[in-house]
Formats: sequence, structure tokens, C-alpha cells
Amino acid sequence: MYGLVFDIAHMLAGGMVVVSFLLLYQDRLYALLNTYALHALLLALVVSWQAYSHDAPHLYVTAGIALIFKAIIIPVVLHRIIQRLGIQRTIEQVLGVGLNMLVGVLLVALAIIVMLPVTAASEALVREDLIFALSIVLLGLLMMITRRNAVSQVVGFMSMENGLVLAAVGASGMPLVVEISIAFSVLIALIVIGIFLFRIRERFDTVDVQAMDAFRGERP
Amino acid sequence: MPLYWFLGPLAGLLGVGCYALVGSRRPRSDAIVYGISFLCSVLALGASLTHLLTAPAASTLTLPLGLPWSGVHLRVDALSAFFLVIVNLGGAVTSWYGLGHGRHEQAPERVLPFFPAFLAAMNLVLLADDAFTFLLTWEFMSLMSWALVMAHHRQAGNAHAGYVYLLMAGMGTMALLLAFGVLAGADGGYHFADMRAGLLSQQAAALVLVLTLVGAGSKAGLFPLHVWLPLAHPAAPSHVSALMSGVMTKVAVYGFMRIVFDLLGEPAWWWGAVVLALGAVTAVLGVLYALMQHDLKRLLAYHTVENIGIIFIGLGLALAFQANYLNDGAALALSAALFHVFNHSLFKSLLFLGSGSVLSATGERDMERLGGLIHRMPWTALAFLIGSAAISALPPLNGFVSEWLTFQAILISPELPQWLLKFLVPAVGAALALSAALAGACFVKAFGITFLGRPRTPAAAQAEETDTRSLTALFVLAALCVLAGILPGLVIDALAPVVASLNGAVRLAAQASQPWLTLVPLAEAKNSYNGMLVLLFIVFSGFLSALLIHRLASRDARRGSAWDCGFPDDNPAGQYTAGSFAQPIRRMFGSVVFQARERVDMPAPGDLRPARMTVSLRDPAWDYGYLPLIQVVNTVAGRLNHLQFLTVRRYLTLVFSALILLLLGLAIWR
Repeated sequence: MYGLVFDIAHMLAGGMVVVSFLLLYQDRLYALLNTYALHALLLALVVSWQAYSHDAPHLYVTAGIALIFKAIIIPVVLHRIIQRLGIQRTIEQVLGVGLNMLVGVLLVALAIIVMLPVTAASEALVREDLIFALSIVLLGLLMMITRRNAVSQVVGFMSMENGLVLAAVGASGMPLVVEISIAFSVLIALIVIGIFLFRIRERFDTVDVQAMDAFRGERP
Repeated sequence: MPLYWFLGPLAGLLGVGCYALVGSRRPRSDAIVYGISFLCSVLALGASLTHLLTAPAASTLTLPLGLPWSGVHLRVDALSAFFLVIVNLGGAVTSWYGLGHGRHEQAPERVLPFFPAFLAAMNLVLLADDAFTFLLTWEFMSLMSWALVMAHHRQAGNAHAGYVYLLMAGMGTMALLLAFGVLAGADGGYHFADMRAGLLSQQAAALVLVLTLVGAGSKAGLFPLHVWLPLAHPAAPSHVSALMSGVMTKVAVYGFMRIVFDLLGEPAWWWGAVVLALGAVTAVLGVLYALMQHDLKRLLAYHTVENIGIIFIGLGLALAFQANYLNDGAALALSAALFHVFNHSLFKSLLFLGSGSVLSATGERDMERLGGLIHRMPWTALAFLIGSAAISALPPLNGFVSEWLTFQAILISPELPQWLLKFLVPAVGAALALSAALAGACFVKAFGITFLGRPRTPAAAQAEETDTRSLTALFVLAALCVLAGILPGLVIDALAPVVASLNGAVRLAAQASQPWLTLVPLAEAKNSYNGMLVLLFIVFSGFLSALLIHRLASRDARRGSAWDCGFPDDNPAGQYTAGSFAQPIRRMFGSVVFQARERVDMPAPGDLRPARMTVSLRDPAWDYGYLPLIQVVNTVAGRLNHLQFLTVRRYLTLVFSALILLLLGLAIWR
């Protein structure tokens, strides 16, 4: 667990945080989806490296699920949806990009401050993984609340889920049944969200969630 | 008596409850349900009596049910055996009463499935030996009794009663849950044996006491948590009212005793002061409330509040004595409290069953519409009279003995070193005396207005005596009241193992060996009481005076008076009413406690409308406790209402900020 093994694991998981920042930064939908695919690909790499270094073959299944579902199917489906919706492909952000990144940095700092004392007894890799995972979850949440576009909120949600998988894998690995059921629930969520996107689009001619607020009689 | 003796009757009760779910509409299904409930209760009664009288070591059993890593722990020891006797005695008598009374039930499918399940639930609470089982069965008991309260849900007020009961029961269980959480500590030992072994800090123990007072006290009916009790107990069918009032409140007392006397360890002296003060307030206010009531069943329910107060006075004294290592005094106070638990279960069941007979014979609960029933229902009247005398603490009946014992414990209170207790206990004694006297007045009213005089309505005039099975149930309870009154030594001896188990093996001296079955709690030089002699004296002097009156007065010449003895016209509305009977007391106490106001509306001369007097009462528990609370909850809910109409992004922001705040808190305070 030292030397190269640790460094590679560290680099891959850290890479996920960096990609999370990229997600936060993107303001075009296709680029956002590509970045999300990269995020999921990195997750698959992290998990398979964990499987290799800990000699835990069932984690390869987790990695496979991450690769197939999250890195390939979900981005492709979302691409198609956007194409068929024919929506405007720039994203309005609530905060400016600079402020957004600054808040993101603060969130990562918070994750470090919280996690370091809590996990003092654990081994180094677990501590790193948990910190990265919490950062990714917080960044995903931040993305969900700073975007007005429904598609980018979906991407934020999916990246949060990646963070959770990272935490589970880093801590002790999770049972395969749980992992498979989570993967399927994410897929089903994708289907439901996709249908909703079409419905929203049909009714409002946009997927900007502000339109829904206006429809409910709220102030925009 | 090994524990599995109880499992058979329990399985029988639950089984017949399940049968009633499908079969309650069939003819004679009530006979099957009540018959099997009766048999199971008698079997369990036999088992628990044997356990109490032979006093073997506690027997335990673990069933592989419930939570997978703990299972269901059951245990029967002296304390639970004593309360099992009460539950199953009440269960047997009310089931037998149900055999006769159940035919009057219009909606048997709403009563029959829940009645045996309620009995089984109360048994299970007493047998539970871990917090999970205790809370689960406690909640099951609450739910079953709630279902029974809601049996006649279309009658006015019953739905409200059920709602208030459900709220209070939920709050009580929540408090108990927290109490067990504190008792279990950080390691989470939810088995009662772990809790008994664990040591708590002063603050944690005090917290457990307060939570238990809220949790068990709300079920038992301690002021100001009693509000559901006068609503819910009368709403249920009468034999269920008897169970709820006479038995279920005792299960709550058991919960309090199990936690505070058994699991919590050594008490601090001020615990006794708190419990004493609560008990005294509950006793006096309970009986004052009862005096203001003209609804027979509601009056009885308020009397339950009063008697719970008396029981808690005994328990508070026991705590105070135990904290000062005066274990003889504690044994006396505990015996008094337990004896009163037993007595109250007898005469309150008796009175509720009697009022049930009156209700099914006349269809009335309002005393102002009854009267003269002693001519139509002489046997019910006799049993009700015995119960009234017992609850009014008249010698030679059982109520007197337990209240006398409580007074004996109060009289040795100068031995207590703390000044607060030195001042408090005599005041509590005065409150106890006041409540006993007011209870006497109240039952003169209840019996006199209901059974004496002349009928006030046609329904009361045409009442029929109730069936023999119901009467048997009434007279079994009445006989037990008399027996426990004239042979109190036997009851005290049966209670001794319970007292010893809670009081560091100190108990009262054995009473059976005393000459003439006299009750000598501490030493003969101090005080003693002999119910048998009092009974003989009363019988002798009663016969003598009856003879003398008959000889000297009855045969004397009489002359009819011109004004016909206060009844110039033959109108029953001219009789003394419940309201007029209570008026002096209402003016004395009610004007302060209940802000009773009388308004007389006198028509002007020449105006032909009748004069009216209206009395308005206000309930301090509602006015100063619950209504402001409801107001606050409503205001807060109104303020937070707009949270229901936020945008998706704002909801997410709320979640996000809450998460960040919690994480920040963790980062800063860790």
C-alpha cells in the first residue's frame, strides 16, 4: 500500500476531484457531458486499481458497471436527448464562474477539515479516498444548486453518486448486490428524468427550471 | 413458576384475537372470544399468583423473535408477577362480564378482535426484559386500547378522544424511548440486566427520572398529562373502560417502578420531593375535577387520576426514604403504594362495570338523567355501593387500609433529614386527607344521585336489572374488596417479596402471625389496625341501631305533613341534583381552581320564560398548558408554511446549507 500503488490510487482519486471542478466550470452542455464521461471513466479506473491492489476481484464488477453505465450509456443517452430536444446548449449559471470555483475550493477545504480528525485511526489511502469522496459529493451538490438547466442538474446528481461509490470503495468495498442495485436505480432515475425532460420541454419549450417556477406562480 | 406457563395463555389470547378478526360477525362469536379470554386470563392468573406466593427466583426466557441480534427477552420476577396478578384478575373479571354484557354491543367487530389482543399486550409489557420488547409491547398496548376507544367512533366526541389519546400515547412512548436511550448509555445495552448493572451520572439519572415521569405518567394520568384519560376511558365500551382505568394505568405504574426503582439505581433525595409533589397535586385536582362531573363514567375516570396521585405519593415517599437509607420506612411506603395499586384495580373495575350495567340498562351516562335505580337494579346498586365505599376509603374496606398505610408512612417522615421534605410531606399528608374527604363527597354524589331518589327520566324508570353473569363479575370484585379490607395482613405478606426485591431485601414484618389478624406495619406501640374487628363493630352497632330505630321509632304514631316532606308536587325534577350537590364545593374550590362562574339569568317580573343558572368551568390544564402549546405549534406551522412552495433549486440550497452547517459544526467543535 505504499510507493507506487498509493501514488496511483491517490492520483486517480484526486483526478476525480479535478474533473469535478471541470464540471463546475463547463458552460456548454456537450462539453459538460463529455466531462461527466471522463469523471465516470476515472471512477472506473479508481475502482479497478483498488481491485487490483487489494486483490478484490468483485470490485472489477463495480468498475465494469461504472464504465459501461456511467461512462458510456448515460452520456450517450443524454447526448441523444439534447439532440432531440434541440435546446439551446449554453447553460445559465446562478453564480459567476470565478465565484463558483472559489466556493468549490472552500468546500474541498471543509471536506479536509472535517474528515482528517474523524478518520485519524484509518490508513492513509482510506483517509484520502473519504476526503475526495466528500469533496465530490459537495461539489456535485453545488453544481445542482448553481445551474438552472435541468440537464446539468442531472449531471450534478450523477457526479454525486460517483462520489458515493468512491467512498464506499475506499472504505471497505461494498457488497456487490448493493452496488448493482445502486447502478440500476441510477439507470432508472435516468429514464425517469429523461421522460420528465421531454415532458417539461413539450409543455414549456425549454428545460430551464425557471420556467416551471413561473408556471407555479412563483416569482422567477 | 417457569415462564413458559405464561406463553400458552398469551398464545391463546392472540389466537382468539386473530379468530375474531374474521369471525366476529358470526353469532355467538362474542361468547367464544370472551370465554377463551376468560380461560386464558384465569390460567395466567394462576401462574402469576403461584409465582408471587411461592416467590422463587426470577425466571427468564429468550424467544428467537424480533430484532435478529437480540431476540425477545422475557422475565418474570416478584414485581412483574404482582402486576400480572392485577392484569389477569382484571382480564378474567372483565371477560366474564363481557360474556353477559357483550350481547349489548352493536359493533362487535370493532371490539372483539382488540379485546384479547389488549389483554395479551398488557401481559407482554409486564414480561418484557429488554427495552425494545418493552417499547414494542407498550406501543401495541396503546394501539389496541386506542382501537377499543374508537369502537363507537361515530358518537360525538369519541373521535376527538381517540385523537388526543393517540397524541399523548405517542408522546409518552417517545419519552420512554429517550429514557431507555439514556439508560442504555453509549454502548447500547438494551437488555434490562445491562441497564441494572450500568452506572449513570447524577444528571443522566435525573434526566431518566423526568422522562419516565412524562412517559409512564402520561399513561397513568399524572397531572397535567391526564387530559386524555377522562376523554378516552369513558369513550370505550364499559368493560374496556374498566380494563383501561383499573388495569392499564397500573401497567404504567409498573413501567415507572421498573425503571425508577429497579433499573435506575440509587435515588437522590429530591426525586422523592418531585414525585410527592406531583402525586399530591394529581390527587387533589383529580378529585376536584371528578366532583365537577355529572357524567358517571367521566367521573370515574377523573377518580382514576386521583388514585394514581395517591399511588405516586406512596412511591415518592418510598424514594425519599430510600435515598436516606431508611429502608423500613421505604418498605412501608412501597407496601402502601402497591396495596393501593391492587385496591384501585379492584374497585375501579367494579365501579366501571357497574356504570356499564347502568349504561346498558338505561342508555344514560349523565347522572342528572338517572335516579332511583336502587329499586330497579338492587344488586347492581349493592355492588356499586360497596365499590363506592371502598374507593372513598371507608373502613372496613380495602381502600381504607392502603390509605391508612400511606398515612403511617407520612407520619414517620420526621425521620427524614432534609428540611424540604420535612415541610413537604406533612403538606402532602394534608392534601391526601383533603382528597380522601372529597372522594367521599364525590361518591355520595355518584351513588346518591344515580341510585337513590326517584327516576328523573322514563329510561331510568324502566331500567331492568342486568344479567347474572355481569352481576357475578361485580360481586366477585366486591367480595375481593371486602376480603382485602378485613384481611389486609395476607395481602401485605403476599406483597412482601415485591417490596423486598425493590428495597434492598428489607420488607415489612410478616403479618399473618399477628394475633387476631391485626395489621401492625411498624411496631404495636405506634399504630395498628384490625379490619375484622372494625367489621364486627360496624355489623354489631348497625344491627343494634337498626333494632333500636325499629323498636322505638318505626312503630311510633305518624302524622302526614301538610307539605309532603319537601315534595309538594310530584315532579322528579324537584330533587337534589348532581350539580346542586356539588355546588358548595364548586364555590369553595372551583372558583379558584376552575374559575367556576355562576350566571343567573332571572326574567323580569311578568316575563314568562324560566329563570336559568349557567355554570362555566375552565380547565387549568388546557388553559395554561395545552392551548398555549397548540397556539405556538400553529403559529410556527403557519410561519413555516411557505416552505412548502419553494422552487426545486431553493430546496436543494436548503439541503446544501444544512449539510454545510452540520459539517462546519463537526469541524469546529470536534
